[in-house]
Amino acid sequence: MQTPIVVQDVHKSFGAVKALHNISFTVQEGELFGLIGPDGAGKSTLFRILTTLLLADKGQATVNGLDVVKDYKAIRKIAGYMPGRFSLYQDLTVEENLHFFATIFNTTVEANYDLIEEIYVQIAPFKKRPAGKLSGGMKQKLALCCALVHKPAVLFLDEPTTGVDPVSRKEFWDMLQRLKQKGIAILVSTPYMDEAMLCDRVALIQNGQLLNIDTPQHIIAQFSKPMWAVRAKHMYRLIQDLRAFPGTDSCYAFGEYLHLTLKDGTAGVDALQAYLDTKHHEAFTMFSIQAGIEDCFMELMNTENV
Amino acid sequence: MDPIITNGLTKRFGSFIATNAITFEVKKGEIFGFLGANGAGKTTAMRMLCGLLRPSSGTAKVAGYDVYTQSEKIKQNIGYMSQKFSLYEDLKVKENIRFYGGIYGLSDKAIKEKTTQLLKKLQMEAEADQLVSALPLGWKQKLSFSIAILHDPSIVFLDEPTGGVDPLTRRQFWDLIYEAASRGVTVFVTTHYMDEAEYCDRVSIMVDGRIRALDTPRRLREQFSAASMDDVFLQLAREKAKS
Amino acid sequence: MRQFIVFARKEFYHIFRDRRTLLILFGMPIVQIILFGFAITNEIKNADIAVLDQSKDYYSSRLVQKLTAGGYFRIDRNLRDQSSITAAFREGRIKMAVVIAPEFSQSFHHHNKGRVQLLADAGDPNTATTLINYATAIIGNFQQELNGELELPLTIDTTVTMEYNPALKSVFLFVPGVMTLILLLVSAMMTSITIAREKELGTMEILLVSPLPPALIIVGKVVPYIVLSFINALIILTMGVFIFGMPIKGSLVLLLAECVLFVLTSLSLGILISSVTDKQQTAMMASMMGLLMPTALLSGFIFPIESMPLPLQWLSNIMPAKWFIIILKDIMLKGSGLQYVWPQTLVLVGMTLFFVIMSIRNFKIRLS
Repeated sequence: MQTPIVVQDVHKSFGAVKALHNISFTVQEGELFGLIGPDGAGKSTLFRILTTLLLADKGQATVNGLDVVKDYKAIRKIAGYMPGRFSLYQDLTVEENLHFFATIFNTTVEANYDLIEEIYVQIAPFKKRPAGKLSGGMKQKLALCCALVHKPAVLFLDEPTTGVDPVSRKEFWDMLQRLKQKGIAILVSTPYMDEAMLCDRVALIQNGQLLNIDTPQHIIAQFSKPMWAVRAKHMYRLIQDLRAFPGTDSCYAFGEYLHLTLKDGTAGVDALQAYLDTKHHEAFTMFSIQAGIEDCFMELMNTENV
Repeated sequence: MDPIITNGLTKRFGSFIATNAITFEVKKGEIFGFLGANGAGKTTAMRMLCGLLRPSSGTAKVAGYDVYTQSEKIKQNIGYMSQKFSLYEDLKVKENIRFYGGIYGLSDKAIKEKTTQLLKKLQMEAEADQLVSALPLGWKQKLSFSIAILHDPSIVFLDEPTGGVDPLTRRQFWDLIYEAASRGVTVFVTTHYMDEAEYCDRVSIMVDGRIRALDTPRRLREQFSAASMDDVFLQLAREKAKS
Repeated sequence: MRQFIVFARKEFYHIFRDRRTLLILFGMPIVQIILFGFAITNEIKNADIAVLDQSKDYYSSRLVQKLTAGGYFRIDRNLRDQSSITAAFREGRIKMAVVIAPEFSQSFHHHNKGRVQLLADAGDPNTATTLINYATAIIGNFQQELNGELELPLTIDTTVTMEYNPALKSVFLFVPGVMTLILLLVSAMMTSITIAREKELGTMEILLVSPLPPALIIVGKVVPYIVLSFINALIILTMGVFIFGMPIKGSLVLLLAECVLFVLTSLSLGILISSVTDKQQTAMMASMMGLLMPTALLSGFIFPIESMPLPLQWLSNIMPAKWFIIILKDIMLKGSGLQYVWPQTLVLVGMTLFFVIMSIRNFKIRLS
């Protein structure tokens, strides 16, 4: 069995804009690999290179051992691709879309029904409805069915959960976990940092460069600075006060708390306490926490910018 | 008087009820999170409040004006920003500011002053003469928000303003929101990021056209005995699936 | 083969589920034909004229009689003096005034010169010119009748125009023109738009990533439009024949074969356009500005090519429509066979091959 995805030193520029710079990683068999980064980071460009739609300026990439440039025809037979935008025919019904995509991949819906059954039954009640009239979550499920219908060896999902509500997002990730068990290697991209935790390994990408590649657990463990969660009644005032404090390293809002790191680490806590006492914050709480993926991403972004 | 007051606000499209008798009020200077799954009726409700869509029944007042009869007045007193349409990509940063300032009837002098202020606040002085299309997404969104409140509206409506933006810029964006709210601007915001729901003073969650929960994030978490807003949201969705 | 059938079927679904496409496909040809056939004609029938006969003698009244005899002109009023001419025009009822100088018969006989003045409303220059031409021709005829030996070039001109269109029915000239325009529009514009739509929707990405050969994508998209364009050609022909009495003097098989050829030319042009555009709007603009406008203006459909400045005449040669209009007119009106229209046919075949080769060279197996 060949390694599903190997990317080596890939570069791609559009005019003066460096869309991808020195990208290398591999995706192993049965692995759910996440490409995590904001819009414009270069995720879609990388997907298009891997699905043979774009040529890299430099570097090599293989999908199941096939070269993305030379063997593009062979790759097109074994890859399942779900582009970033909803790319099905809006005026065709659910059923018609599925049959159409099955046929152009030289197969039938029935032949691989076991693979898509679990997902398809959820949208089957709407099979006579035009795809354009489905809700966001339903559309994504249909698109996934269409990408899976030819039983691809490698699945490329470009931002499948963008613009989808949290419930549908969660369902979608559950489906991916089950697909992974069937041995399909999956490369998935997302701008939602919290989804990184659901991947086996992730690559953090920003401005066309990989910031880190590792398991989400390792990435978090690498975050060396002690971190505190802080809150008070008036959060905006607290944020301003904390940022004004000379010993503060970083201070960002995270849900109901602020995440805080100090330049002197644990040694800086006393000085901070003394500083905050002068500010008289109501209902002030502060406790130590473990950093999350998003903290790591921001930390990496900051170090890259320096 | 509260800047937004609705009572039984309803919108029907044929037999489909997009927004079903929603009743709530938003207080001055409050950051009000308006959450719901796709198709729950958020956009319809927001359009009615902005005076873009006539309600089928119920009442609503925005900035003290009636949504049925005074939609023109409402439009003058609110700011609006959506993820989809915000700025003209083929105009320069400065030209966009001047254009929106002009639409809201600001004087040339006021526009000039505000342009300088705004560019300074966003640290975009160097980019003033760049085409908007050349800016990174996060910058566009920050610029777009600043332009939405250029004419000092009492209320600003934000429709998924931070979608796809990197985490650092997302927080800078919220800093702008906080800053506006601290000046007394009422902020009405929809988002798909549940952690952002926590930044709001109060949050409402819509399910199938109705408001199913409305309170501060903390009390909502207590009410649903949930660890996070994400959980609250999922619980409501599951409830819907069962019914 | 199954892939192809499924693909073409999908294309038909798109067409039949979109009312606007359907309307453009079938509504437009019918409306156009009717519009050109009934409303926008430059044929003259019972045009109202005013006559100021200042001599009122035998010959002058015979001339007036002759003018109205053909059914082209109808006397709205007789005027008494020069000054009432302007007033008559201003009222807007008359399109032309005929002024016969005093002592018409006498000067005609003694000086071989009868003075007739024709005044037309040049606010509508096309009609004015046509009216003057008709009147001049009739007067020339009249002169010839009276004066057997006198030859006027004018009379010869009119007979040439009237030879294949004896009733001077402009609809006979418009049917081939409209047919050409419609086939070009449907085939070229619709194909370029439908291919651009796949790019815009992002479905082209999936199609490219599938094992479908690119040629099959194109052929699958184009074949439904060949069928529909051909149906359109049939509709227009039927309407031309049964509603407007348009003759088909030549071979119907040859005529239909030429239609298919022109459809192919237009389709290949549409594919070429789509290979350089990725937005529906751009494709539409390119087809409109790059195809329809020049075709309508330069193909001889509206303005006669002979009266254009030379550079434009040369330019008209690269319009596929020009050649197709010639073919249509020759077959339908003159009854010419392939032995007469082969040069034009060859030009169209050449153009088609050129477009196809260009599109194949331009077609991308990737996105950029």
